Amino acid sequence: MLHIPCPYCGPRDETEFHYGAGANIFYPEPTTATDEEWSKFVFIRENPKGWHAERWVHSAGCRRWFNVWRNTITHEFGPTYKPFTEQPKRPV
Amino acid sequence: MATTTRRRSVELPEHPDFLWTAKVAPKKVYDVIIIGGGGHGLSTAYYLAKNHGITNIAVLEKGWLAGGNMARNTTVIRSNYLWDESAGIYEHSLKLWENLEDEVGYEMFFSQRGVMSLAHSVSDLRAKARNYHANKINDIDSEWLTPEQVKEIAPIVNINPDVRYPVLGATYQPRGGIAKHDWVAWGYAKAAADLGVDIIQGCEVTGFDIRDGKVHGVKTNLGPIAAHKVGMVAAGHSSVLANLAGFDIPIQSRPLQALVSELLEQVHNTVIMSGMVHVYVSQAHKGELVMGAGTDAFNSYAQRGGFHVIEHQLAAAIELFPIFERAHLLRTWGGIVDISPDASPIIGHTPVDNLFINTGWGTGGFKATPASGWTMAHTIATGEPHELNAPFSLDRFITGHLIDEHGAAGVAH
Repeated sequence: MLHIPCPYCGPRDETEFHYGAGANIFYPEPTTATDEEWSKFVFIRENPKGWHAERWVHSAGCRRWFNVWRNTITHEFGPTYKPFTEQPKRPV
Repeated sequence: MATTTRRRSVELPEHPDFLWTAKVAPKKVYDVIIIGGGGHGLSTAYYLAKNHGITNIAVLEKGWLAGGNMARNTTVIRSNYLWDESAGIYEHSLKLWENLEDEVGYEMFFSQRGVMSLAHSVSDLRAKARNYHANKINDIDSEWLTPEQVKEIAPIVNINPDVRYPVLGATYQPRGGIAKHDWVAWGYAKAAADLGVDIIQGCEVTGFDIRDGKVHGVKTNLGPIAAHKVGMVAAGHSSVLANLAGFDIPIQSRPLQALVSELLEQVHNTVIMSGMVHVYVSQAHKGELVMGAGTDAFNSYAQRGGFHVIEHQLAAAIELFPIFERAHLLRTWGGIVDISPDASPIIGHTPVDNLFINTGWGTGGFKATPASGWTMAHTIATGEPHELNAPFSLDRFITGHLIDEHGAAGVAH
């Protein structure tokens, strides 16, 4: 079980959270977006082997969403950041 | 040297010492390179050789043969999916399974012991009834069972109505069943190698030679290898390969866990799935109970999952099968599955010419091993998809023609 660093509450068990998949997905311009751009927005998410910027919500705690870097090979967590704020650099 | 036998027994026969040439140095150029030496990659190579006469093929496997999801699945075989497109490809697969051991000349312990899918709520019953009727329309064998009929076929199921998730009914596909996954891989590998296919283990693809939008070969840890056509059949690592080739695919890689008990007497002679409580169980030929769990929620390449997922699964299993309560857990493991947005596979063209992809089988690819290879081979050989895999194109995520099998795929592996 992951031990997830909620930026508001501190580290908690994974079972208190829900996963929100990739972070930093932005809504396309609705009047001009092409089918390809809509497809990218709806279906394409990064799936890296290594560091991944992703969203979690602390459902059984503060119920707030946050973004965090996590390594998909080691499950190690990197820095967290709030939605719509500047993304910290990809850890190395 | 031991030989295989056709006799079915609890003791498995010994493999011969050598089924294919194990140490092959790659040639400079191939007609077709298949990336991924799992079940689907091997079956693709076999059908390219057998159906299309293309034998100058290399199967490149970064680890050892069939050591990925082919070694980690729970071997359930069935074809009772909801939509016509899925019925087409999965039923073709089941028909190939029914003749596969004779065709490739190798025992695979294919056992049509039936697959049952339980319903536990009113909405679950309605969804199952819809699925049952859809199967009937598509000429797929399907039966509707009352709880008492469930008990007749599988006496160990608890049909007491006074439990958290009572059994209210079930669908049953008598032609469904299981096979022995490693023997399936060895059978395909042997048959492909006999037709001239090079199986190269320990060969990891690290890049592609792409010029003017067309693939000309791959870069590997064993040096560059040229090829006229390349097929990516890499399951959980498909996104990594697609990114190396310069495009994105709508796949997320997640851990999927399974487990086996110690060896027990034969008590369970069919396959039972319950999508709602998230467990599925069969009993292997040697006696282990083989159970699958759900996927972990997050992306991972770590080939392990959280223990709370297994805990959840076993809680459900013990309520459904009280006889399992004192069984000892022998082993758990995880594989990395390639989850697509509509729980259906992607088989066909990529944005790069002569580069083809086969991915997105997610939690249920084992059953499709024959048809996946059959249709992928057709697509590579002719340059156009077979009618069975044409609907499963990568561009359906742009056109919107999705094949939503979340209900029928469920936990069913």
